[in-house]
Amino acid sequence: MADLSTDFAGIKSPNPFWVASGPPSNTAYQAHRAFEAGWGGVVWKTIGEPIVNVASRYSGLTLGGLKMAGFNNIELISDRSPESNFAEIAAVKNRWPNHAVIASLMVDTRDRWHEFVKRSADCGADGIELNFGCPHGMCERGMGSAVGQNPEVAETIVGWVMEAATIPVIVKLTPNITNVVYAARAAKRAGANAISLINTINSITNVNLDTLVPEPTVAGRSSHGGYCGPAVKPIALNMVHACAADPEVGLPISGIGGIATWRDAAEFVALGASSLQVCTAIMHHGFRIVEDMKDGLSAYLESKGMRSLADLRGRAVPHVGDWQQLDLHSKRVARIDYEKCIGCNLCHIACEDGAHQCIDLVDAAPYGLGPGRVPGKPVPKVRADDCVGCNLCSIVCPVDSCITMTPVDTGRPAMSWHDYQAALASGAMQPIPPHP
Amino acid sequence: MPIQPLLDAATAAANLADIKPPLAPQEARIEANRCLFCYDAPCIMACPTGIDIPTFIRKITTDNVTGAARTILEANVLGASCARVCPTAMLCEGACVMLDLEKDPIQIGRLQRHATDHVAALGIDVLHAPAEKNGRTVAILGAGPAGLGCAAELARLGYAVTVYDKKPAGGGLNTYGIASYKMRPEVSLDEVRMIERLGVAFRYGVEFGRDVQAADLLASHDAVFIGIGLGGGNRLGIPGEDLPEVVDALDFIEQIHTRPLETVPVGRRVAVLGGGNTAIDAVTQAKRLGAETATIIYRRGPGEMSAYPFEYDLAKTDGATFLFDTAAVEVVAEQGHVAGLRLAKTAVRDGRVAVVPGTEWVEPCDLVLKAVGQEKQASLLGRLFPGLELDARGRVVHDPATMQTSLPRVFVGGDAASGGREVVNAVAEGTKAARGIHALLAGATERGPLQPSRLGMPDGAVGSGFDAPIRVSELEAALAKG
Repeated sequence: MADLSTDFAGIKSPNPFWVASGPPSNTAYQAHRAFEAGWGGVVWKTIGEPIVNVASRYSGLTLGGLKMAGFNNIELISDRSPESNFAEIAAVKNRWPNHAVIASLMVDTRDRWHEFVKRSADCGADGIELNFGCPHGMCERGMGSAVGQNPEVAETIVGWVMEAATIPVIVKLTPNITNVVYAARAAKRAGANAISLINTINSITNVNLDTLVPEPTVAGRSSHGGYCGPAVKPIALNMVHACAADPEVGLPISGIGGIATWRDAAEFVALGASSLQVCTAIMHHGFRIVEDMKDGLSAYLESKGMRSLADLRGRAVPHVGDWQQLDLHSKRVARIDYEKCIGCNLCHIACEDGAHQCIDLVDAAPYGLGPGRVPGKPVPKVRADDCVGCNLCSIVCPVDSCITMTPVDTGRPAMSWHDYQAALASGAMQPIPPHP
Repeated sequence: MPIQPLLDAATAAANLADIKPPLAPQEARIEANRCLFCYDAPCIMACPTGIDIPTFIRKITTDNVTGAARTILEANVLGASCARVCPTAMLCEGACVMLDLEKDPIQIGRLQRHATDHVAALGIDVLHAPAEKNGRTVAILGAGPAGLGCAAELARLGYAVTVYDKKPAGGGLNTYGIASYKMRPEVSLDEVRMIERLGVAFRYGVEFGRDVQAADLLASHDAVFIGIGLGGGNRLGIPGEDLPEVVDALDFIEQIHTRPLETVPVGRRVAVLGGGNTAIDAVTQAKRLGAETATIIYRRGPGEMSAYPFEYDLAKTDGATFLFDTAAVEVVAEQGHVAGLRLAKTAVRDGRVAVVPGTEWVEPCDLVLKAVGQEKQASLLGRLFPGLELDARGRVVHDPATMQTSLPRVFVGGDAASGGREVVNAVAEGTKAARGIHALLAGATERGPLQPSRLGMPDGAVGSGFDAPIRVSELEAALAKG
């Protein structure tokens, strides 16, 4: 087994999988169940002045029959008293001393921040996460994403927290911002120990076409809510990478956003995350999903000869950069494996109507090609000379490894946009003619 | 002994309930979401009526079930009955690419039923005829699937259409001759009513040649369509054939549809002669109506039966038994009633099946159902339409593209043209004939639904999608080439 133990800015946990702050981390009962199931840490549902919630609170995005492809909520922070929450954290830490319990906090004034930071440390929490991200409800009262969207305000409040903090402080960032790196840098400047991202994305998931009220519906009205779940993972990965790649940030990153499997987790780690937070997948399937996440991540690390998460962390970061660094001379074309082709022609129609018209439907006979179930049925054939190597056909193909994007050696040296511009300026080459 | 009904109404009804029950809405959506939405899909090519199957299935995924029914019914007006009676494993579902992924094919038939049931249950008409007619009239002989396909298409094109049939109701074999566990007659009668609402007039109880003369129809109409199907059951030509318990299998099935189930007489030991799908329908329904034994007697081996493999499997599951390489040589009577069949083993000699002498025995039975094929209508057609060209097998000679016969204003479709195929073939031929009539009378061409053109592509890409998708005619041509 690879070593999954985690030391995140001084917060130790037996594995990197933490229950994210949210409905699954609302009570000691849930924390006990999470740790029994194998989670490494719990970020408590955000503690603050008790609020009042509404019914209903959640809505889901169903895609092609897949439930919870995306998920949205208008639930606020904990509706339980700070006394109950801090007492339960103490009880959980007492029972699970080697697991991480992090108190998520959201209050308003400097004094209240000092008080809640101190109470967090006093109850035995291993760390504090500052909720600067909730995009609904609390932001209307000057908290949550209202803070996270304004780096100066965030920096001030992190500063207040650091005045009183005796345990590691994580700043949770909102994605509802033009460039998340500015918020991450503000956290760094104010002395935070780590960042976590992303919080939820402002959203309306759907409109009920009978009532014309979006979901979730509260007495005939709705409100924008925080969007999360598998559909947001690409957004989260990009923002995690942006923070990991920024030399001014330089803080440990707890990755959040659509993580549901060990594969998702490994991708976040490869892009720079040190711990991983999960909420929606638990809301969908329960705490039991962590068993495969640990098992699969460990097996993956072993299969790659990696002994711990440190061997994987950030390995993908240098592979991502600006577009202008990409090689303009690199070429690849689609190749169809006719042993595997089932004749659905989705590659043809996608290329034909949606891309670059490079896959013909041809008479199968002269090629001795695949699908024979319906005689005379045409088969797709790539015109390799015209293929721009865009990937679309291989993405829509329903058969594993039937369409492969195959590198083609052009015999030309790598040339970035930057190189190209320089070569043009020096007169070393003529402009590449436009595509006909 | 005369035969009696064997089961009470509730038991008989339960035994004849749908073997493929309707999909619940969520089941339908889950199944529809499995469809890959192929382009130039092989299921379309395998459907004689060329229904745009991926499109109607996609509409089910978006809860546009009425639109799904419109896609189906615009191509095949009998989409509801075809959803139930088509041998889908041999057609659309047999062509599904899922089979190449080692998965179960999409249940196209059941999804089609889901969509057509939806509009039938809600009384939604998705097909419409123009309010202003084009002034031309067509007479249609036969209200079976071919006639209905032709009538609906012509009505939608603006023709005044009258359909004549000798039965008291329309639908043909869909109403009178389908196994009950596949389809109830009400489904077929609903389809007839839908076509009535397109403005088509129906005249029932009409005997051709007696009540209606073809010459009169040709004089009063711009064109005539022949959709009279096949005639009565073939005779066995053996002693005892006229005993009261020797019944044509199609007549037996018609009784199941036209009488209360608890009044349909069934033998305790039923013998069915024949190896086709009608024989299967008869033997399974005899068993389901309480027969203690029901046996198919067939002159050749299981591999030579014209019944589809899944029909053979169904009969075996229902507990039917089979005597292969066996021929009936005499119906044995006691006191004027069937008491048994004298059988003999057969062997193939010089390519012909012949009885092997000295192998005879008597198998006791009290009901004999004949499923040895239907007669061609050659003599009737000859009297009705002097000069109408028939082939050596009694089928009406026609242009396969237009279904026009040797008489210019006479068109044909269905079993009268093919000698006996599926319901879906008959609808397709009727629809094709309607377009042939339209081309003749209006000089206009009508085509089925089209996928987008590839005109303008460099290098003359081949395959379907130029200006018309590959349809089953091309498939058949490819199959014929081998």
